[in-house]
Amino acid sequence: MAGAFWCLVEDDRQGNPKKVMAEVLGEAGRLATQMGAPAEAVWLTDKASEAGLKQLAEWGAKRIVLAENAAFAPYRGEVWTPVLAELVQKESPQAVFGAVTTRQREVMARLAARLGAGISADSMALAVEDGKLMATRPVYAGKLLSKVTWAKTPWLATLRPNVFRPAEPQAGASPNVDKAAITLPGAAMSLVERREESATGLPELAEAEIVVSGGRGLKGPENFVILESLAKVIGAAVGASRAAVDAGWRPHRFQIGQTGRTISPKLYLGFGISGAIQHLAGMRTSKVICAINKDPEAPIFKIADYGIVGDLFEVAPLLEKEFKKLLEK
Amino acid sequence: MKILVMVKQVPDTATQVKISSDPKAIDTAGITWIVSPYDEFAVEEALRIKEKRGQGEVVAVSLGPHRVKEALRSCLAMGADRAIHLLDPAWEGADTITTARALAAVIKQEQPGLALFGRQAIDDDMGAVGAAVAELLGWPCASWIMEESVDEAGKAIRIGRQVEGGLEVFDLPLPAAVSAQKGLNEPRYPTLKGIMGAKKKEIKDVKAADLGMGADGPALSIVKLETLPPRPPGRIIPGEPAEAAKELVRSLREDAKAI
Repeated sequence: MAGAFWCLVEDDRQGNPKKVMAEVLGEAGRLATQMGAPAEAVWLTDKASEAGLKQLAEWGAKRIVLAENAAFAPYRGEVWTPVLAELVQKESPQAVFGAVTTRQREVMARLAARLGAGISADSMALAVEDGKLMATRPVYAGKLLSKVTWAKTPWLATLRPNVFRPAEPQAGASPNVDKAAITLPGAAMSLVERREESATGLPELAEAEIVVSGGRGLKGPENFVILESLAKVIGAAVGASRAAVDAGWRPHRFQIGQTGRTISPKLYLGFGISGAIQHLAGMRTSKVICAINKDPEAPIFKIADYGIVGDLFEVAPLLEKEFKKLLEK
Repeated sequence: MKILVMVKQVPDTATQVKISSDPKAIDTAGITWIVSPYDEFAVEEALRIKEKRGQGEVVAVSLGPHRVKEALRSCLAMGADRAIHLLDPAWEGADTITTARALAAVIKQEQPGLALFGRQAIDDDMGAVGAAVAELLGWPCASWIMEESVDEAGKAIRIGRQVEGGLEVFDLPLPAAVSAQKGLNEPRYPTLKGIMGAKKKEIKDVKAADLGMGADGPALSIVKLETLPPRPPGRIIPGEPAEAAKELVRSLREDAKAI
Protein backbone atom coordinates (compact mmCIF):
# COMPACT_ATOMS: atom_id res chain seq x y z
CA MET A 1 0.00 0.00 0.00
CA ALA A 2 1.15 3.48 -0.78
CA GLY A 3 2.17 5.74 2.06
CA ALA A 4 -0.14 8.42 3.38
CA PHE A 5 -0.70 11.81 1.79
CA TRP A 6 0.36 14.30 4.42
CA CYS A 7 -1.01 17.81 4.68
CA LEU A 8 1.01 20.32 6.64
CA VAL A 9 -1.47 22.37 8.64
CA GLU A 10 -1.54 26.13 8.17
CA ASP A 11 -3.25 27.67 11.18
CA ASP A 12 -4.49 31.05 12.30
CA ARG A 13 -2.01 31.10 15.24
CA GLN A 14 -5.02 30.72 17.54
CA GLY A 15 -5.19 26.94 17.36
CA ASN A 16 -7.44 26.55 14.33
CA PRO A 17 -6.60 25.39 10.80
CA LYS A 18 -7.09 27.99 8.08
CA LYS A 19 -9.84 27.53 5.53
CA VAL A 20 -7.28 26.69 2.82
CA MET A 21 -6.71 23.38 4.64
CA ALA A 22 -10.14 22.23 3.49
CA GLU A 23 -8.79 22.57 -0.05
CA VAL A 24 -5.43 20.91 0.67
CA LEU A 25 -7.08 18.02 2.55
CA GLY A 26 -9.78 17.76 -0.12
CA GLU A 27 -7.22 17.34 -2.89
CA ALA A 28 -4.99 15.04 -0.83
CA GLY A 29 -8.04 12.91 -0.01
CA ARG A 30 -9.03 12.52 -3.66
CA LEU A 31 -5.50 11.55 -4.76
CA ALA A 32 -4.91 9.28 -1.76
CA THR A 33 -8.17 7.39 -2.44
CA GLN A 34 -6.97 6.65 -5.98
CA MET A 35 -3.84 5.07 -4.52
CA GLY A 36 -5.61 3.27 -1.68
CA ALA A 37 -3.90 5.48 0.89
CA PRO A 38 -5.21 7.85 3.56
CA ALA A 39 -4.92 11.63 3.76
CA GLU A 40 -3.44 12.72 7.07
CA ALA A 41 -2.69 16.04 8.71
CA VAL A 42 0.63 17.00 10.26
CA TRP A 43 0.39 19.90 12.63
CA LEU A 44 3.31 21.72 14.20
CA THR A 45 1.93 24.32 16.56
CA ASP A 46 2.33 25.92 19.96
CA LYS A 47 -1.27 25.05 20.70
CA ALA A 48 -3.95 23.10 18.90
CA SER A 49 -7.57 23.57 19.91
CA GLU A 50 -10.04 20.69 20.25
CA ALA A 51 -12.24 22.42 17.72
CA GLY A 52 -9.29 22.71 15.33
CA LEU A 53 -8.52 18.99 15.57
CA LYS A 54 -12.17 18.15 14.99
CA GLN A 55 -12.22 20.47 11.98
CA LEU A 56 -9.28 18.61 10.41
CA ALA A 57 -11.03 15.27 10.92
CA GLU A 58 -14.20 16.66 9.32
CA TRP A 59 -12.14 17.78 6.34
CA GLY A 60 -11.00 14.20 5.88
CA ALA A 61 -7.79 13.80 7.89
CA LYS A 62 -7.84 10.11 8.84
CA ARG A 63 -5.12 10.76 11.39
CA ILE A 64 -3.54 13.89 12.81
CA VAL A 65 0.15 13.81 13.63
CA LEU A 66 0.40 16.50 16.27
CA ALA A 67 3.62 18.08 17.47
CA GLU A 68 2.68 20.66 20.06
CA ASN A 69 5.42 22.79 21.54
CA ALA A 70 5.93 26.46 22.36
CA ALA A 71 9.08 26.39 20.19
CA PHE A 72 6.94 26.09 17.02
CA ALA A 73 5.63 29.64 17.35
CA PRO A 74 6.57 31.83 15.70
CA TYR A 75 7.51 29.73 12.68
CA ARG A 76 11.28 29.33 12.33
CA GLY A 77 12.67 27.20 9.52
CA GLU A 78 15.61 25.82 11.46
CA VAL A 79 13.23 24.50 14.15
CA TRP A 80 10.44 23.16 11.94
CA THR A 81 12.49 21.50 9.21
CA PRO A 82 14.40 18.87 11.22
CA VAL A 83 11.17 17.91 13.03
CA LEU A 84 9.27 17.46 9.78
CA ALA A 85 12.18 15.59 8.20
CA GLU A 86 12.34 13.24 11.18
CA LEU A 87 8.62 12.49 10.91
CA VAL A 88 8.92 11.89 7.16
CA GLN A 89 11.87 9.56 7.60
CA LYS A 90 10.04 7.62 10.30
CA GLU A 91 6.77 7.17 8.41
CA SER A 92 7.66 7.48 4.71
CA PRO A 93 4.56 9.32 3.47
CA GLN A 94 3.89 9.20 -0.25
CA ALA A 95 3.44 12.96 -0.43
CA VAL A 96 3.65 16.08 1.71
CA PHE A 97 1.37 18.92 0.69
CA GLY A 98 1.25 22.44 2.04
CA ALA A 99 -0.58 25.65 1.22
CA VAL A 100 0.96 28.61 -0.56
CA THR A 101 1.62 30.85 2.42
CA THR A 102 4.87 32.63 3.18
CA ARG A 103 5.96 30.19 5.86
CA GLN A 104 4.85 27.00 4.14
CA ARG A 105 6.60 27.99 0.94
CA GLU A 106 9.78 28.40 2.94
CA VAL A 107 9.57 25.30 5.11
CA MET A 108 8.69 23.04 2.17
CA ALA A 109 11.75 24.31 0.29
CA ARG A 110 13.95 23.62 3.32
CA LEU A 111 12.38 20.17 3.71
CA ALA A 112 12.97 19.39 0.02
CA ALA A 113 16.65 20.26 0.40
CA ARG A 114 17.01 18.19 3.54
CA LEU A 115 15.36 15.15 1.95
CA GLY A 116 16.79 15.65 -1.55
CA ALA A 117 13.19 15.54 -2.76
CA GLY A 118 11.47 17.49 -5.53
CA ILE A 119 9.23 20.42 -4.69
CA SER A 120 6.45 21.84 -6.87
CA ALA A 121 5.63 25.26 -5.43
CA ASP A 122 2.33 27.03 -6.17
CA SER A 123 0.69 24.00 -7.80
CA MET A 124 -2.65 24.63 -9.54
CA ALA A 125 -3.58 21.06 -10.49
CA LEU A 126 -2.49 17.64 -9.31
CA ALA A 127 -3.16 14.21 -10.77
CA VAL A 128 -1.92 10.66 -10.32
CA GLU A 129 -0.97 9.13 -13.67
CA ASP A 130 0.44 5.59 -13.84
CA GLY A 131 1.12 5.66 -10.13
CA LYS A 132 3.07 8.93 -10.33
CA LEU A 133 2.05 12.40 -9.26
CA MET A 134 1.91 15.11 -11.91
CA ALA A 135 1.59 18.76 -10.96
CA THR A 136 0.62 21.68 -13.13
CA ARG A 137 2.07 24.99 -12.00
CA PRO A 138 2.13 28.46 -13.49
CA VAL A 139 5.48 29.72 -14.76
CA TYR A 140 6.49 33.11 -16.14
CA ALA A 141 3.92 34.45 -13.67
CA GLY A 142 1.09 32.59 -15.28
CA LYS A 143 1.93 33.24 -18.92
CA LEU A 144 2.51 29.48 -19.33
CA LEU A 145 1.80 26.31 -17.38
CA SER A 146 4.47 23.75 -16.57
CA LYS A 147 3.63 20.11 -16.01
CA VAL A 148 6.13 18.53 -13.64
CA THR A 149 6.79 15.18 -12.00
CA TRP A 150 8.98 13.77 -9.26
CA ALA A 151 11.96 11.39 -9.42
CA LYS A 152 11.10 9.83 -6.06
CA THR A 153 8.83 10.09 -3.04
CA PRO A 154 7.90 11.94 -0.97
CA TRP A 155 6.24 14.21 -3.50
CA LEU A 156 6.42 17.71 -2.01
CA ALA A 157 4.03 20.39 -3.23
CA THR A 158 2.41 23.60 -2.10
CA LEU A 159 -1.13 24.25 -3.34
CA ARG A 160 -2.45 27.63 -4.38
CA PRO A 161 -5.46 28.82 -2.37
CA ASN A 162 -8.91 29.04 -4.01
CA VAL A 163 -8.02 26.61 -6.80
CA PHE A 164 -8.65 23.14 -5.38
CA ARG A 165 -12.12 21.89 -4.48
CA PRO A 166 -12.55 21.89 -0.70
CA ALA A 167 -13.31 18.63 1.09
CA GLU A 168 -16.96 17.83 1.72
CA PRO A 169 -17.10 18.20 5.51
CA GLN A 170 -17.91 14.92 7.26
CA ALA A 171 -19.97 16.14 10.16
CA GLY A 172 -19.29 14.33 13.41
CA ALA A 173 -15.98 12.77 12.32
CA SER A 174 -13.85 12.40 15.41
CA PRO A 175 -10.15 13.19 15.31
CA ASN A 176 -7.62 10.39 15.51
CA VAL A 177 -4.68 12.20 17.09
CA ASP A 178 -1.14 10.85 17.32
CA LYS A 179 1.09 12.91 19.54
CA ALA A 180 4.42 12.73 17.78
CA ALA A 181 7.56 11.98 19.77
CA ILE A 182 10.03 14.52 18.44
CA THR A 183 13.54 15.74 19.06
CA LEU A 184 13.37 19.49 19.36
CA PRO A 185 16.28 21.28 17.68
CA GLY A 186 17.71 24.52 19.04
CA ALA A 187 16.52 27.82 17.60
CA ALA A 188 18.90 30.29 15.96
CA MET A 189 16.40 33.03 15.20
CA SER A 190 14.77 35.09 17.92
CA LEU A 191 11.62 37.13 17.55
CA VAL A 192 11.96 40.82 18.35
CA GLU A 193 8.43 41.94 17.61
CA ARG A 194 5.44 41.32 15.40
CA ARG A 195 3.91 44.35 13.75
CA GLU A 196 0.32 43.74 12.80
CA GLU A 197 -1.03 45.50 9.77
CA SER A 198 -3.77 47.92 10.68
CA ALA A 199 -6.90 45.81 10.55
CA THR A 200 -8.88 46.74 7.46
CA GLY A 201 -11.60 44.22 8.19
CA LEU A 202 -10.94 42.92 4.67
CA PRO A 203 -9.56 39.48 3.79
CA GLU A 204 -5.91 38.75 2.95
CA LEU A 205 -5.17 39.29 -0.74
CA ALA A 206 -3.68 35.86 -1.50
CA GLU A 207 -6.60 33.97 0.07
CA ALA A 208 -9.53 36.22 -0.81
CA GLU A 209 -12.34 34.73 -2.86
CA ILE A 210 -13.15 38.15 -4.30
CA VAL A 211 -10.58 40.78 -5.19
CA VAL A 212 -11.25 44.39 -6.13
CA SER A 213 -8.26 46.02 -7.72
CA GLY A 214 -7.38 49.58 -8.74
CA GLY A 215 -4.92 51.07 -11.19
CA ARG A 216 -3.77 54.37 -12.53
CA GLY A 217 -7.36 55.22 -13.43
CA LEU A 218 -8.01 55.88 -9.74
CA LYS A 219 -5.98 59.07 -10.16
CA GLY A 220 -4.70 59.20 -6.60
CA PRO A 221 -4.30 57.32 -3.30
CA GLU A 222 -7.29 59.06 -1.74
CA ASN A 223 -9.64 57.40 -4.22
CA PHE A 224 -8.94 53.86 -3.05
CA VAL A 225 -11.64 54.46 -0.41
CA ILE A 226 -14.13 54.01 -3.25
CA LEU A 227 -12.86 50.48 -3.80
CA GLU A 228 -12.56 49.75 -0.08
CA SER A 229 -16.15 50.71 0.42
CA LEU A 230 -17.25 48.36 -2.38
CA ALA A 231 -14.94 45.63 -1.04
CA LYS A 232 -16.56 45.80 2.40
CA VAL A 233 -19.96 45.12 0.89
CA ILE A 234 -18.85 41.98 -0.96
CA GLY A 235 -16.15 40.75 1.46
CA ALA A 236 -13.33 41.36 -1.00
CA ALA A 237 -9.62 42.12 -0.61
CA VAL A 238 -8.33 45.28 -2.29
CA GLY A 239 -5.33 45.01 -4.61
CA ALA A 240 -3.52 47.39 -6.91
CA SER A 241 -1.64 47.44 -10.19
CA ARG A 242 2.10 48.03 -10.36
CA ALA A 243 1.46 51.54 -11.70
CA ALA A 244 -0.57 52.41 -8.60
CA VAL A 245 2.02 50.86 -6.26
CA ASP A 246 5.00 52.46 -7.98
CA ALA A 247 3.21 55.82 -7.75
CA GLY A 248 3.17 55.29 -3.99
CA TRP A 249 -0.63 55.07 -3.76
CA ARG A 250 -0.64 51.65 -2.09
CA PRO A 251 1.98 49.65 -0.14
CA HIS A 252 3.83 46.94 -2.06
CA ARG A 253 2.02 44.10 -0.34
CA PHE A 254 -1.12 44.99 -2.29
CA GLN A 255 0.48 44.70 -5.71
CA ILE A 256 -0.99 42.13 -8.08
CA GLY A 257 1.22 41.02 -10.96
CA GLN A 258 4.50 39.52 -11.95
CA THR A 259 6.46 41.42 -9.29
CA GLY A 260 3.66 41.25 -6.74
CA ARG A 261 1.09 38.68 -5.71
CA THR A 262 -0.26 36.09 -8.09
CA ILE A 263 -3.90 35.49 -7.26
CA SER A 264 -6.70 33.18 -8.38
CA PRO A 265 -9.88 34.49 -6.77
CA LYS A 266 -13.36 33.35 -7.76
CA LEU A 267 -14.12 36.90 -8.81
CA TYR A 268 -11.77 39.70 -9.83
CA LEU A 269 -13.00 43.24 -10.43
CA GLY A 270 -10.47 45.62 -11.98
CA PHE A 271 -11.09 49.36 -11.91
CA GLY A 272 -9.04 51.74 -14.03
CA ILE A 273 -6.55 49.02 -14.84
CA SER A 274 -5.40 48.89 -18.45
CA GLY A 275 -4.06 45.33 -18.18
CA ALA A 276 -0.32 45.49 -18.83
CA ILE A 277 1.03 42.01 -19.52
CA GLN A 278 2.78 41.91 -16.16
CA HIS A 279 -0.50 42.65 -14.33
CA LEU A 280 -2.47 40.09 -16.35
CA ALA A 281 0.19 37.54 -15.40
CA GLY A 282 -0.78 37.97 -11.75
CA MET A 283 -4.56 37.60 -12.08
CA ARG A 284 -5.42 35.83 -15.33
CA THR A 285 -6.18 32.56 -13.54
CA SER A 286 -9.06 34.22 -11.69
CA LYS A 287 -12.30 32.35 -12.33
CA VAL A 288 -14.40 35.34 -13.34
CA ILE A 289 -12.80 38.60 -14.45
CA CYS A 290 -14.65 41.92 -14.66
CA ALA A 291 -13.07 45.10 -15.95
CA ILE A 292 -14.28 48.65 -15.64
CA ASN A 293 -12.28 51.08 -17.75
CA LYS A 294 -12.89 54.25 -19.74
CA ASP A 295 -10.72 53.06 -22.62
CA PRO A 296 -12.54 50.48 -24.78
CA GLU A 297 -9.15 49.44 -26.21
CA ALA A 298 -7.67 48.56 -22.79
CA PRO A 299 -6.00 45.11 -23.06
CA ILE A 300 -7.75 43.92 -19.90
CA PHE A 301 -11.02 43.65 -21.88
CA LYS A 302 -9.38 40.89 -23.98
CA ILE A 303 -9.35 38.52 -21.00
CA ALA A 304 -12.36 39.89 -19.12
CA ASP A 305 -15.55 37.83 -18.89
CA TYR A 306 -17.54 40.99 -18.32
CA GLY A 307 -16.63 44.56 -19.09
CA ILE A 308 -18.11 47.97 -18.63
CA VAL A 309 -16.65 50.78 -20.69
CA GLY A 310 -17.19 53.72 -18.42
CA ASP A 311 -15.98 56.04 -15.72
CA LEU A 312 -15.07 54.06 -12.63
CA PHE A 313 -15.94 57.00 -10.37
CA GLU A 314 -19.49 56.68 -11.61
CA VAL A 315 -19.68 52.88 -12.00
CA ALA A 316 -18.06 51.75 -8.72
CA PRO A 317 -20.62 53.38 -6.39
CA LEU A 318 -23.45 52.09 -8.60
CA LEU A 319 -22.05 48.57 -8.39
CA GLU A 320 -21.76 48.92 -4.63
CA LYS A 321 -25.41 49.90 -4.44
CA GLU A 322 -26.47 46.94 -6.63
CA PHE A 323 -24.37 44.45 -4.68
CA LYS A 324 -25.82 45.77 -1.44
CA LYS A 325 -29.35 45.30 -2.77
CA LEU A 326 -28.53 41.76 -3.90
CA LEU A 327 -26.84 40.70 -0.68
CA GLU A 328 -29.53 42.18 1.54
CA LYS A 329 -32.14 40.01 -0.13
CA MET B 1 31.98 41.52 5.67
CA LYS B 2 31.72 39.51 2.49
CA ILE B 3 28.23 39.26 1.00
CA LEU B 4 27.22 36.83 -1.74
CA VAL B 5 24.19 37.77 -3.84
CA MET B 6 22.56 35.07 -5.92
CA VAL B 7 20.96 36.33 -9.12
CA LYS B 8 19.10 34.72 -11.99
CA GLN B 9 18.74 35.94 -15.53
CA VAL B 10 15.12 35.82 -16.71
CA PRO B 11 13.00 37.10 -19.61
CA ASP B 12 11.83 40.68 -19.21
CA THR B 13 8.36 41.05 -17.63
CA ALA B 14 6.94 42.56 -20.82
CA THR B 15 8.08 39.60 -22.93
CA GLN B 16 5.54 37.28 -24.49
CA VAL B 17 6.92 33.83 -23.83
CA LYS B 18 6.32 31.03 -26.33
CA ILE B 19 6.95 27.32 -26.12
CA SER B 20 9.80 26.11 -28.35
CA SER B 21 9.87 23.01 -30.55
CA ASP B 22 11.13 21.23 -27.43
CA PRO B 23 7.92 21.29 -25.37
CA LYS B 24 9.92 21.47 -22.13
CA ALA B 25 11.50 24.82 -22.94
CA ILE B 26 10.59 28.29 -24.13
CA ASP B 27 11.61 29.78 -27.43
CA THR B 28 14.46 32.12 -26.51
CA ALA B 29 14.58 33.90 -29.87
CA GLY B 30 14.06 37.62 -29.51
CA ILE B 31 13.83 37.57 -25.72
CA THR B 32 15.20 40.51 -23.75
CA TRP B 33 16.97 39.16 -20.68
CA ILE B 34 17.08 40.96 -17.37
CA VAL B 35 18.23 40.32 -13.82
CA SER B 36 15.15 38.98 -12.01
CA PRO B 37 13.60 42.03 -10.28
CA TYR B 38 13.68 40.52 -6.77
CA ASP B 39 17.37 39.71 -7.26
CA GLU B 40 17.99 43.37 -8.09
CA PHE B 41 16.57 44.27 -4.68
CA ALA B 42 19.03 41.78 -3.19
CA VAL B 43 21.99 43.30 -5.07
CA GLU B 44 20.95 46.79 -4.02
CA GLU B 45 20.67 45.75 -0.38
CA ALA B 46 24.10 44.08 -0.44
CA LEU B 47 25.62 47.29 -1.81
CA ARG B 48 23.88 49.37 0.85
CA ILE B 49 25.18 47.12 3.64
CA LYS B 50 28.72 47.46 2.28
CA GLU B 51 28.40 51.23 1.90
CA LYS B 52 26.99 51.66 5.39
CA ARG B 53 29.79 49.61 6.92
CA GLY B 54 32.40 51.39 4.83
CA GLN B 55 34.08 48.10 4.01
CA GLY B 56 33.39 44.64 2.72
CA GLU B 57 32.94 42.85 -0.56
CA VAL B 58 29.87 42.13 -2.67
CA VAL B 59 30.07 39.08 -4.94
CA ALA B 60 27.33 38.34 -7.48
CA VAL B 61 26.75 34.66 -8.30
CA SER B 62 24.65 33.22 -11.11
CA LEU B 63 24.06 29.81 -12.63
CA GLY B 64 23.21 29.51 -16.29
CA PRO B 65 24.46 29.53 -19.88
CA HIS B 66 26.90 32.00 -21.49
CA ARG B 67 24.31 34.78 -21.79
CA VAL B 68 24.22 35.00 -17.99
CA LYS B 69 27.50 36.96 -18.16
CA GLU B 70 25.38 39.97 -19.17
CA ALA B 71 23.32 39.72 -15.97
CA LEU B 72 26.49 39.46 -13.91
CA ARG B 73 27.93 42.48 -15.77
CA SER B 74 24.91 44.54 -14.80
CA CYS B 75 25.38 43.56 -11.13
CA LEU B 76 29.03 44.64 -11.45
CA ALA B 77 27.88 47.89 -13.07
CA MET B 78 25.58 48.51 -10.11
CA GLY B 79 28.62 48.17 -7.86
CA ALA B 80 29.31 44.51 -7.06
CA ASP B 81 33.06 43.89 -6.70
CA ARG B 82 33.32 40.63 -8.59
CA ALA B 83 31.18 37.81 -9.94
CA ILE B 84 31.08 34.04 -10.13
CA HIS B 85 29.45 32.30 -13.08
CA LEU B 86 28.37 28.70 -12.54
CA LEU B 87 28.73 27.55 -16.12
CA ASP B 88 28.56 23.88 -17.02
CA PRO B 89 26.45 21.83 -19.44
CA ALA B 90 25.75 19.52 -16.48
CA TRP B 91 23.59 22.30 -15.00
CA GLU B 92 21.42 22.78 -18.05
CA GLY B 93 17.80 22.59 -16.91
CA ALA B 94 18.92 22.39 -13.27
CA ASP B 95 16.00 22.08 -10.85
CA THR B 96 15.66 23.71 -7.43
CA ILE B 97 17.70 21.10 -5.59
CA THR B 98 20.55 20.95 -8.10
CA THR B 99 20.75 24.75 -8.23
CA ALA B 100 20.67 24.96 -4.44
CA ARG B 101 23.45 22.36 -4.14
CA ALA B 102 25.68 24.26 -6.56
CA LEU B 103 25.05 27.58 -4.82
CA ALA B 104 25.59 26.05 -1.38
CA ALA B 105 28.92 24.62 -2.58
CA VAL B 106 30.07 28.05 -3.81
CA ILE B 107 28.97 29.65 -0.55
CA LYS B 108 30.96 27.05 1.39
CA GLN B 109 34.06 27.94 -0.63
CA GLU B 110 33.56 31.69 -0.32
CA GLN B 111 32.44 31.73 3.35
CA PRO B 112 30.50 35.00 3.26
CA GLY B 113 28.87 36.53 6.32
CA LEU B 114 25.57 36.85 4.50
CA ALA B 115 23.87 35.26 1.48
CA LEU B 116 21.21 37.37 -0.23
CA PHE B 117 18.56 36.07 -2.63
CA GLY B 118 15.51 37.44 -4.39
CA ARG B 119 12.25 36.05 -3.02
CA GLN B 120 11.70 34.20 -6.31
CA ALA B 121 12.87 34.26 -9.89
CA ILE B 122 10.13 35.46 -12.19
CA ASP B 123 10.61 32.68 -14.73
CA ASP B 124 9.92 29.41 -12.89
CA ASP B 125 8.40 31.28 -9.91
CA MET B 126 9.47 28.45 -7.63
CA GLY B 127 10.71 30.68 -4.82
CA ALA B 128 12.52 27.80 -3.15
CA VAL B 129 16.24 28.16 -3.82
CA GLY B 130 17.14 30.58 -1.01
CA ALA B 131 15.57 28.49 1.74
CA ALA B 132 16.94 25.28 0.20
CA VAL B 133 20.48 26.70 0.21
CA ALA B 134 20.09 27.74 3.86
CA GLU B 135 19.03 24.21 4.75
CA LEU B 136 21.99 22.64 2.93
CA LEU B 137 24.34 24.97 4.81
CA GLY B 138 22.56 24.52 8.14
CA TRP B 139 21.96 28.28 8.31
CA PRO B 140 18.93 30.18 9.56
CA CYS B 141 17.00 31.96 6.84
CA ALA B 142 14.33 34.60 6.50
CA SER B 143 12.20 34.91 3.37
CA TRP B 144 10.44 37.97 1.93
CA ILE B 145 12.34 40.56 3.96
CA MET B 146 11.18 44.17 3.85
CA GLU B 147 13.91 45.68 6.04
CA GLU B 148 17.24 44.71 7.54
CA SER B 149 20.14 46.00 9.59
CA VAL B 150 23.44 44.27 10.27
CA ASP B 151 24.91 44.88 13.72
CA GLU B 152 28.20 46.75 14.02
CA ALA B 153 30.25 43.67 14.80
CA GLY B 154 28.90 41.89 11.74
CA LYS B 155 27.68 39.04 13.93
CA ALA B 156 23.93 39.33 13.51
CA ILE B 157 21.25 40.71 11.24
CA ARG B 158 17.86 42.07 12.25
CA ILE B 159 15.24 41.59 9.55
CA GLY B 160 11.54 42.22 9.08
CA ARG B 161 9.91 39.45 7.09
CA GLN B 162 6.53 39.83 5.48
CA VAL B 163 3.92 37.34 6.66
CA GLU B 164 0.18 37.19 6.22
CA GLY B 165 -1.28 40.05 8.20
CA GLY B 166 1.93 41.74 9.25
CA LEU B 167 5.67 41.89 9.61
CA GLU B 168 7.75 39.69 11.92
CA VAL B 169 11.03 41.15 13.13
CA PHE B 170 13.76 38.63 13.99
CA ASP B 171 17.42 38.61 14.98
CA LEU B 172 19.47 36.03 13.07
CA PRO B 173 23.04 35.14 13.91
CA LEU B 174 25.37 35.40 10.90
CA PRO B 175 26.06 33.70 8.62
CA ALA B 176 22.48 33.57 7.42
CA ALA B 177 20.47 33.58 4.19
CA VAL B 178 17.74 36.12 3.49
CA SER B 179 15.49 36.75 0.49
CA ALA B 180 14.38 40.18 -0.69
CA GLN B 181 10.75 41.19 -1.18
CA LYS B 182 9.68 44.21 -3.19
CA GLY B 183 9.66 47.26 -0.95
CA LEU B 184 13.05 46.49 0.61
CA ASN B 185 14.66 49.26 -1.44
CA GLU B 186 14.72 51.00 -4.81
CA PRO B 187 17.53 49.50 -6.89
CA ARG B 188 19.96 52.04 -8.33
CA TYR B 189 20.60 52.44 -12.02
CA PRO B 190 24.19 51.77 -13.04
CA THR B 191 26.12 54.96 -13.76
CA LEU B 192 28.22 55.33 -16.91
CA LYS B 193 31.29 55.08 -14.70
CA GLY B 194 29.87 51.91 -13.17
CA ILE B 195 29.25 50.39 -16.58
CA MET B 196 32.77 51.21 -17.75
CA GLY B 197 34.29 49.94 -14.52
CA ALA B 198 32.33 46.67 -14.74
CA LYS B 199 34.30 45.67 -17.82
CA LYS B 200 37.48 45.45 -15.77
CA LYS B 201 35.96 43.46 -12.91
CA GLU B 202 36.47 39.74 -12.61
CA ILE B 203 33.85 37.16 -13.59
CA LYS B 204 35.14 33.75 -12.61
CA ASP B 205 33.78 30.65 -14.34
CA VAL B 206 33.14 27.68 -12.08
CA LYS B 207 32.33 24.18 -13.32
CA ALA B 208 30.50 21.38 -11.53
CA ALA B 209 33.77 19.46 -11.08
CA ASP B 210 35.33 22.52 -9.36
CA LEU B 211 32.64 22.11 -6.70
CA GLY B 212 33.03 18.36 -6.52
CA MET B 213 29.57 17.89 -8.01
CA GLY B 214 28.54 15.07 -10.28
CA ALA B 215 25.59 14.97 -12.64
CA ASP B 216 22.66 14.21 -10.29
CA GLY B 217 19.36 13.76 -12.03
CA PRO B 218 16.71 16.35 -11.18
CA ALA B 219 14.40 15.64 -8.23
CA LEU B 220 11.63 17.43 -10.10
CA SER B 221 11.50 17.41 -13.88
CA ILE B 222 9.43 19.25 -16.42
CA VAL B 223 7.23 16.94 -18.50
CA LYS B 224 6.05 19.73 -20.77
CA LEU B 225 5.05 23.37 -20.94
CA GLU B 226 1.50 24.24 -21.93
CA THR B 227 -0.27 27.39 -22.98
CA LEU B 228 -3.15 28.55 -20.82
CA PRO B 229 -6.56 27.29 -21.84
CA PRO B 230 -8.17 30.17 -23.75
CA ARG B 231 -10.72 32.15 -21.80
CA PRO B 232 -14.21 32.14 -23.28
CA PRO B 233 -14.98 35.39 -25.10
CA GLY B 234 -16.14 38.11 -22.79
CA ARG B 235 -19.12 40.42 -22.96
CA ILE B 236 -19.05 44.19 -22.88
CA ILE B 237 -22.19 45.29 -21.06
CA PRO B 238 -23.75 48.20 -22.91
CA GLY B 239 -26.07 50.90 -21.63
CA GLU B 240 -26.13 53.78 -19.19
CA PRO B 241 -23.87 53.29 -16.13
CA ALA B 242 -26.79 52.55 -13.80
CA GLU B 243 -28.26 49.91 -16.13
CA ALA B 244 -24.86 48.41 -16.89
CA ALA B 245 -24.03 48.11 -13.17
CA LYS B 246 -27.37 46.43 -12.52
CA GLU B 247 -26.88 44.01 -15.40
CA LEU B 248 -23.31 43.18 -14.35
CA VAL B 249 -24.39 42.32 -10.81
CA ARG B 250 -27.27 40.21 -12.15
CA SER B 251 -24.90 38.34 -14.51
CA LEU B 252 -22.37 37.72 -11.77
CA ARG B 253 -25.09 36.22 -9.60
CA GLU B 254 -27.21 34.33 -12.10
CA ASP B 255 -24.91 33.44 -15.00
CA ALA B 256 -21.42 33.27 -13.52
CA LYS B 257 -22.57 32.36 -9.99
CA ALA B 258 -19.55 34.28 -8.78
CA ILE B 259 -21.27 35.99 -5.87
